[in-house]
Amino acid sequence: MKTNVESSYLKIENLWKFFGKFLALENISLEVKEGEFICFLGPSGCGKTTLLRAIAGLDLQSSGTTLQGGKDVSNLPPSERDFGIVFQSYALFPNLSIEKNIAYGLENTGRSKDEIKARVAELLELVGLPEQGKKYPAQLSGGQQQRIALARAIATNPGLLLLDEPLSALDAKVRVHLRHEIKELQRKLGVTTVMVTHDQEEALAMADRIVVMNHGVIEQVGTPTEIYREPSSLFVADFIGEMNQITATAGAGNKVRFGSAVMESAPHQFNEGDKIIAAIRPNDIIPHGDSAHSLGKDDRVETESNAIDVEVGEMEFLGSFWRCRLRHELFGNEDLIADFSINAVRRLELSEGSTMLIELPPTRLMAFAGSE
Amino acid sequence: MSDATLQNVPSGKSIRGKLSRDDIIMRGSMIVIGLYLLITMAFPLYAMLSKSFSTYKFDLAAYEVQVSDETGTNFSQPVTFADLNETLNVVAETDLSAGSDGRLGVTQFFPDFSFRSPVNYRLRNTSDTGRFLVGSTLNDATDWVELDSNTFRRVQLRPVEARGLDNFRTYFRTPALSNSIKNSVIIATVSTVITVFLAFWFAFALNRSCMRFKGFFRLVAMAPILVPSLLPGIALVYLFGNQGMLKELLFGATIYGPIGIIIGSVFFTFPHAFLIISTALSISDARLYEASVVLRGSPWRTFWTVTIPGARYGLVSAAFVVFNLVITDFGLPKVIGGQFNVLAVDIYKQVIGQQNFEMGAVVSVVLILPAIVAFTIDRLVQSKQVALLSARSVPYSPSPNARLDWTLFGFSSLVAVFIVGILAVCQFAALVKFWPYDLSFSLNNYQFDRMDGGGWGSYYNSIKLALLTAVIGTSVIFFGAYLVEKSNGFRTGRTLFQMFAMLPMAIPGMVLGLSYIFFFNNPSNPFYFIYGTMAILVVSTVTHFYTVSHLTATTALQQMDREFESVSASLKQPTLKLFSRVTVPVSMPAILDISIYLFVNAMTTVSAVVFLYSPKTSLASIAVLNMDDAGDIAPAAAMGMMIFYTNAAARILHLIASRGILQRTQAWRKR
Amino acid sequence: MAPLKTKSMLGASMLALMSSVAFAETELTVYTAVEAEDLSRYAETFNASHPDITINWVRDSTGVITAKLLAERDNPQADVVWGLAATSLLLLKSEGMLEAYAPAGVENLDPKFVDGDNPPAWVGMDAWVASVCFNTVEAERLGLEAPTSWQDLTDEQYRGHVIMPNPASSGTGFLDVSSWLQIFGEEGGWAYMDALHENIARYTHSGSAPCKLAASGEIPIGVSFAFRGAKSKAAGAPLEIIVPSEGVGWDMEATAIVAGTDALEAAQTLVDFTVTQEANEMYNVGYAVVAYPGIAQPVEHFPENLLDAMIDNDFEFAANNRAAILEEWSSRYDGKSDPQ
Repeated sequence: MKTNVESSYLKIENLWKFFGKFLALENISLEVKEGEFICFLGPSGCGKTTLLRAIAGLDLQSSGTTLQGGKDVSNLPPSERDFGIVFQSYALFPNLSIEKNIAYGLENTGRSKDEIKARVAELLELVGLPEQGKKYPAQLSGGQQQRIALARAIATNPGLLLLDEPLSALDAKVRVHLRHEIKELQRKLGVTTVMVTHDQEEALAMADRIVVMNHGVIEQVGTPTEIYREPSSLFVADFIGEMNQITATAGAGNKVRFGSAVMESAPHQFNEGDKIIAAIRPNDIIPHGDSAHSLGKDDRVETESNAIDVEVGEMEFLGSFWRCRLRHELFGNEDLIADFSINAVRRLELSEGSTMLIELPPTRLMAFAGSE
Repeated sequence: MSDATLQNVPSGKSIRGKLSRDDIIMRGSMIVIGLYLLITMAFPLYAMLSKSFSTYKFDLAAYEVQVSDETGTNFSQPVTFADLNETLNVVAETDLSAGSDGRLGVTQFFPDFSFRSPVNYRLRNTSDTGRFLVGSTLNDATDWVELDSNTFRRVQLRPVEARGLDNFRTYFRTPALSNSIKNSVIIATVSTVITVFLAFWFAFALNRSCMRFKGFFRLVAMAPILVPSLLPGIALVYLFGNQGMLKELLFGATIYGPIGIIIGSVFFTFPHAFLIISTALSISDARLYEASVVLRGSPWRTFWTVTIPGARYGLVSAAFVVFNLVITDFGLPKVIGGQFNVLAVDIYKQVIGQQNFEMGAVVSVVLILPAIVAFTIDRLVQSKQVALLSARSVPYSPSPNARLDWTLFGFSSLVAVFIVGILAVCQFAALVKFWPYDLSFSLNNYQFDRMDGGGWGSYYNSIKLALLTAVIGTSVIFFGAYLVEKSNGFRTGRTLFQMFAMLPMAIPGMVLGLSYIFFFNNPSNPFYFIYGTMAILVVSTVTHFYTVSHLTATTALQQMDREFESVSASLKQPTLKLFSRVTVPVSMPAILDISIYLFVNAMTTVSAVVFLYSPKTSLASIAVLNMDDAGDIAPAAAMGMMIFYTNAAARILHLIASRGILQRTQAWRKR
Repeated sequence: MAPLKTKSMLGASMLALMSSVAFAETELTVYTAVEAEDLSRYAETFNASHPDITINWVRDSTGVITAKLLAERDNPQADVVWGLAATSLLLLKSEGMLEAYAPAGVENLDPKFVDGDNPPAWVGMDAWVASVCFNTVEAERLGLEAPTSWQDLTDEQYRGHVIMPNPASSGTGFLDVSSWLQIFGEEGGWAYMDALHENIARYTHSGSAPCKLAASGEIPIGVSFAFRGAKSKAAGAPLEIIVPSEGVGWDMEATAIVAGTDALEAAQTLVDFTVTQEANEMYNVGYAVVAYPGIAQPVEHFPENLLDAMIDNDFEFAANNRAAILEEWSSRYDGKSDPQ
């Protein structure tokens, strides 16, 4: 259908949105490839829903262009664009049966009654609710209702599927299950999809690419791994997963300095002496044996300078791992939080009050500009 | 949008959204309904305001007069009356302002005038606008008219129209008029205090006790809403009039006056206050009571620290609603007010009794002020109440307390006896042949065709009006509310519309009716043709009761998922299809509520339509008023009870219909 | 050929419709204050001889109809006014709203009943005479003597037992007041009303109400008009209709053509009818005094001396001083809230 698969299907250029004097979106530019699953991720109020509504034409941007399938749709009303949408509230018509809800968009499109009937049956099959057509929305569970909403949204084969926090109203188990199904369905249909969510786990699990937003600007665009492994800002680093933040100064080359200690870090652009925040994820900290003895083969420290003896503080058992608070004067009053596997804890016989050697792998130790 | 921040936008090509067909239809419809409100409310009110500044003044300079000598042939140089008055000073400046039917004799300008003298006079208007009478014949030409002195005696100058504050000056200078302000405020205040007190304890009994027969009491409490406000007045005449059954209870005081108005006002405002307070009490949070019990608060302390604060917005709101209802009510003081003048009746007396439309407009302006103040405060309080409502969760369920329950039962019974008693007296009076001389029963009083007021025709007219109002009003109001709630963008338009929709509640019916005369009874008005027809009655009734219906509709619509419209647009289906297939069926309970509200009010309303009905469109409620006015009190009571039974039947039908429709169209509500 | 047939049938019915419009009866909009129960009788009698003219009645109390007519001054809706107080018609005349017309046979009427101008702006039908309705049962219970004169009503024994209409809203009330000013002179009249006011229980808005209230015993004495009293008496009320010895005020019901009517011919036909002997006999059913001299039959329950007691009423005085009189009356008696 579309001429060039490689070129972007949805292209947003220099998009601004004001609500009165409040700047909701600041100079957003973004490209979404055909068939891609994109997540807008960010805390509430970051502008992700505003951006989605601008793409849908539900709340027009103040300025900027939106191209969909090569066509400028910037000022078109929603009814003249090509998309299906699913909301957190499902927005199923309560007085219409499931069948009629799904058929709603198929009516007056030149399809015969039988065609519509067949299509509805097909869609019900697709979302795994083939027997529920005669029921009313209130008779279904939340997860089932959301599937119906999805079926209704894709009934007319829209070029773009927009999902506005579709899973937020569901309880945790259903949510995990459904996100898998939605992803599956999306892959099967190959429909370009934009989903808004504030749940990083959801975004990481579902998206081909994630757009992290904050205060109306895009912080970073990238695959889930990129976002997680190489956050471009402290905000992204902190928002996706957990991150230890340690006040430090930049050293010459790829070095960071904690007081008197200098450690190697991932490459950074800071000048020597700049105030920075050094950051490392709790599960990137490598535990080694007791500092005094038993450096086994597995426990060999790769970067001497990044190894450090710490005192184990509070330990918290979180089911699949232990969360440990580690203390060292280099880190000031802040505890370093590390997540160690149950195995490691058992093997190293860690307990509160014991000391241990840890290593902060240089590639995982990142430097960000100090806040303020 | 702030230009300062917009300047930061780089390639700042600002987007103007293209309107979809739906947007155009919805905006168009909103403009149409907005225009409707403009034409049926804003314009008439403006016309009325402008009328209140329209005055009549004798323009002494507009006439020239010549006087002959004794021969009757040699005339002096023409002089104007203004010249004459300057030298003689017979008419003070303030006496020059007059009503539209003012007249000024001319002989006072000629100190040595004698109607037997042979002196002749010549008189003419100096301009086209000048008018004078010879006897009762109008003369508005500029030609000289020659009159002998005996005829000249019969010349009367007529005032010409001017603009100014004279009417207001006259109003406040005339104690007979301005005293009504005080009277109205006193009546409204006293009625408010009593009604709110009674309604509070009644609502308290129904919501916070375990007394028996709650359903019955609730039903009785709502009954007064089904009758015109003047019906209790008629019952009071039979109870406490000079031939009253319980006359002795008044110890010689007369029921015709403040006492009667207050008792009647308590009757007809009771359900309104009860509803509001009952809602407030029903949403109080049980957790606060539990807390109070845990803290070992005495019931009395709990009452003052939990119950009253929880219901305070309800109480304040009820007080202002009652105040507003009483001060703007016309029917009751008209029937039972005697010589006790109140504002609403003054408007009627000025317009109908004296054809002094200008003064009627002035009184209207005066009446609108307290009504608007009460309305504004009520709206402010209501918005807080809503916030309270959405924040609360755990409902309170009372536990039995024999002493309290029986005390409240006794109290509620007294209130119920009062309400049922008033209605029963009316029914009794309607059936008695000739009170108090012939107490046998007959249906004579139902032969309305033999009385003033329009006969049975007026009753059927009322039903027609009520049905039309219910159908047209519900459609217009609900659709209007939908447009405001659910259309995109167009913020200014929506805000304006919302404002217009709130305004009718602040406008007393009398004022609305009178302003319609000024606006619609004007041949140059393109809508002139609806004057004197059923259409203007429907329009005025719909407008008069617009606000409450609009709020009901808005509330229902706000409870609906905000994204239906977005989904519909994304599915490329017209919004109107969504409206008819989803919005209307889902809102059916609210739509039925609006229609019964409009029906009942159209049956009972007097104030807005009293100026607008024509003999062909006379109404039952007006017939009650007119029959009572003509002294046919028993037939008035009979017609009043007809209204009651009709409304009661309508309510029952409404109940059955809602059940049926709910069962059919709202199967989805059940799991 | 079905469509064509429908079309031609439609054409035929259109034609029929149009012709029926062409030959339609003339419709006259007639404003009136005549009691509702008499209207159909009036229309029937008229239509017996003039079936081609349909009367659309617009009926209301005197005040309302007058207000309506004045309000419609610039675009009158009425063709004819049939049965409105002469004082009201004088008001309309002074606004230039009446079409002067001398109906055929006007010379047969008592000149007192015809407008002084030539041609007259209005012609009278019947007189409407003030009277006092006295409830004998209530009076006996309260120990009241029957009054015989207006002056009697100021007697202390009647304190709180008299009701009269408010002249500001009732034509009957106004004719009482204007007659007292004529009988007792200006100063004497006001002095009389000051004294009477002490006895008045309340002023009603309508002119017939005092008599109906007296009939129902709500008040022993109601100042009203004879016609109403006679009706209530006929209905079985224990009433005596008293004609005060000083003489009684009266007004007449009269007829006029509204200037600018587009059915002038039909209007003139109707007004011609209203002055006929036949019409006057028709008025006589309810009114003892009619404009056509010598034909009046006594009306049941009407006081007999009524005709002689009618004062020589100066309508022009009443009309031209109405505003001033009402202003004075209101400032004297309306300002007081409740006469207790």
